[in-house]
Amino acid sequence: MPTPHWSINAGGLRYHFSSLRELMAKATPHRSGDELAGLAASSAEERVAAQLCLSEVPLAHFLEELLIPYETDEVTRLIVDTHDATAFAPVAGLTVGAFREWLLRYETDAHSLAALAPGLTPEMVAAVAKIMSNQDLILVAKKCRVVTRFRNTIGLPGRLSVRLQPNHPTDDPQGVAASIVDGLLYGCGDAVIGINPATDSVPAIETLLRLIDEVIQRYEIPTQSCVLAHVTTQLEAMRRGTPVDLVFQSIAGTEAANKSFGVSLSLLAEAQQAALALRRGTVGNNVMYFETGQGSALSAGAHHGVDQQTCEARAYAVARHFSPLLVNTVVGFIGPEYLYDGKQIIRAGLEDHFCGKLLGLPMGCDICYTNHAEACQDDMDTLLTLLGVAGCNYIMGIPGADDIMLGYQSTSFHDSHYLRQVLGLKPAPEFEAWLEKMRIVSGGQRLLPVGEHHALIDHVLA
Amino acid sequence: MQPTPATHDRWQTLRQFTSARIALGRAGGSVRTRTLLEFRLAHARARDAVHMEFHGEALAAALGRAGYETWRLDTEAIDRRTYLLRPDLGRRLSPTAHEALAAQSAKWGKRDLAIIVSDGLSALAAERQTGAVLTCLVPLLRAAGWRLYPIFIAAFGRVKLQDEIGSLLGARHTLMLIGERPGLGAPDSLGAYFTYKPHASCTDANRNCVSNIRPEGFPPKAAAQKLAQLLLESARHGLSGVALKDVGGELPMPLSARAIA
Repeated sequence: MPTPHWSINAGGLRYHFSSLRELMAKATPHRSGDELAGLAASSAEERVAAQLCLSEVPLAHFLEELLIPYETDEVTRLIVDTHDATAFAPVAGLTVGAFREWLLRYETDAHSLAALAPGLTPEMVAAVAKIMSNQDLILVAKKCRVVTRFRNTIGLPGRLSVRLQPNHPTDDPQGVAASIVDGLLYGCGDAVIGINPATDSVPAIETLLRLIDEVIQRYEIPTQSCVLAHVTTQLEAMRRGTPVDLVFQSIAGTEAANKSFGVSLSLLAEAQQAALALRRGTVGNNVMYFETGQGSALSAGAHHGVDQQTCEARAYAVARHFSPLLVNTVVGFIGPEYLYDGKQIIRAGLEDHFCGKLLGLPMGCDICYTNHAEACQDDMDTLLTLLGVAGCNYIMGIPGADDIMLGYQSTSFHDSHYLRQVLGLKPAPEFEAWLEKMRIVSGGQRLLPVGEHHALIDHVLA
Repeated sequence: MQPTPATHDRWQTLRQFTSARIALGRAGGSVRTRTLLEFRLAHARARDAVHMEFHGEALAAALGRAGYETWRLDTEAIDRRTYLLRPDLGRRLSPTAHEALAAQSAKWGKRDLAIIVSDGLSALAAERQTGAVLTCLVPLLRAAGWRLYPIFIAAFGRVKLQDEIGSLLGARHTLMLIGERPGLGAPDSLGAYFTYKPHASCTDANRNCVSNIRPEGFPPKAAAQKLAQLLLESARHGLSGVALKDVGGELPMPLSARAIA
């Protein structure tokens, strides 16, 4: 089949786009990473012309014109080979623009969206995101419901979970324990207690995993642990009998980008099988934890001329193949050459959350920025609020929002209380019951005064 | 202590174990006023460090007074905004700088080490820590018989800039001292990245790194001693990067380095 040429009249000019890949890139709302890659529209008008043109592309065409060839990329093969034509049927005759309207109608609800998810490809989802407004991204994501389980239940309506991120620059066990206890006493940690280790070695992560496991076991906390080392390090730890709950890995949307991370689909499958075999979950078997972020494919020189938002959506195709407990986009970590300022970070956070949810993923977001981006904590407040409204499954909880190991700013334990108060959200139900039992929180939301001899404080001092 | 409607956290004692912002207290579930403003102050300092003008002239003069010959270079990044948006431009010398260096290269002849100083993401780091690092590092290497080029001062550089400079000169080693992305509590942290036989196709895997060089982190004198030790090892084995790490110099690449490279 010959490649169609897309063209449209706008503002008295005729715009041509030589491929779907070019059309997708030029239709993307402005961001520095696509400029850096030389893929962005050359004017504001060309960008909207591309959006007009993209809105007329039939969804079914995305199954014909592949952005990255089937033969050269295993992520493309995964997308094509697992596409569910029956699930796709309700929207198979729609264009991208009509699909937006289908998503927004009253009749489209959590049930119909869950049924549709296996019929959608990341490229279809990325395309509709490009023409949607911020409020569209929030409204449709809010309709989606993705619930996952390991030792608790994450993603129920009216709930907001928090990853407790107790990082320390030298992985000092007591330093890590102090931050864990601080987070627990602030009612956080139901998504996972997850540490980014300073040193990626088997002995280092074994120490940390045993440390978290001991706290979880002794105080019977309905949550799970994770140390975010490379997947091969975690596999080796599992072989040695270390208590691994969730297996973590950073992933991207192309085979070449994943290769630069040292992973492949088969390696991820091996890790999932190893974690399942440990049978450590009590209420469910979602054992994987993935992190993603726009710009990672370009940063690895592995984007194949595809824009960063579409590459990001393709990473979600990788994630959903492994039924993860948690997926989060680390939206502002990568730096201003990919997302320049608060406006770009906010837009990308909403796009990623929407695309992940529509594809059936339990999306959270590391709402964050670095000090060389044009952003500040007020921008994070804005994105936090918007994602809370959109029904984000979980956010990060870091002492004072300041990660002293990774050197960036995210959201704090206090931020989660702000969001729970303004939107009436509670932690995962099992964790909520535990917080009440430990006299940390009452009514699911309000923190109780904690005495200086609370068991958790004595645990660190012992 | 002033009276306050806020709640104090009763686990202040845990602060001895970490520099993380724990036991902050709260007003309802929100941060206290002092906490809010102290965070804002730390961020303001980090922002100022990123955008501070690099006083390369003054640094050259100071190094000159300390007995070092210097040579100024610039990259294709013409201003701070361009530098932040286009990392590729900070990895290349400007045509003028390239030509001037090429013309000078034969006169210097091939030497063992080219040290390059750049503001990177913190001019404050380059200006504050460079002198102390060189004062300790250079005598150690000279004592081992190393011949050095003048100290190169390059504004708006990225780590990879050393590959072009090194291959143009035919230097055996390059060492780049570059301001790291400021953290909230550390606006003046210097990174040091060295490469054996630098050339255009080198990547981060070919380099070794000592990071967080500042008095409150890895003190400059101790960092210089570590660097000297690693450089001597690198010369002895004829390699750098992951391969050197494997033969004993265990130094994890800090994640913050990814933002500079």
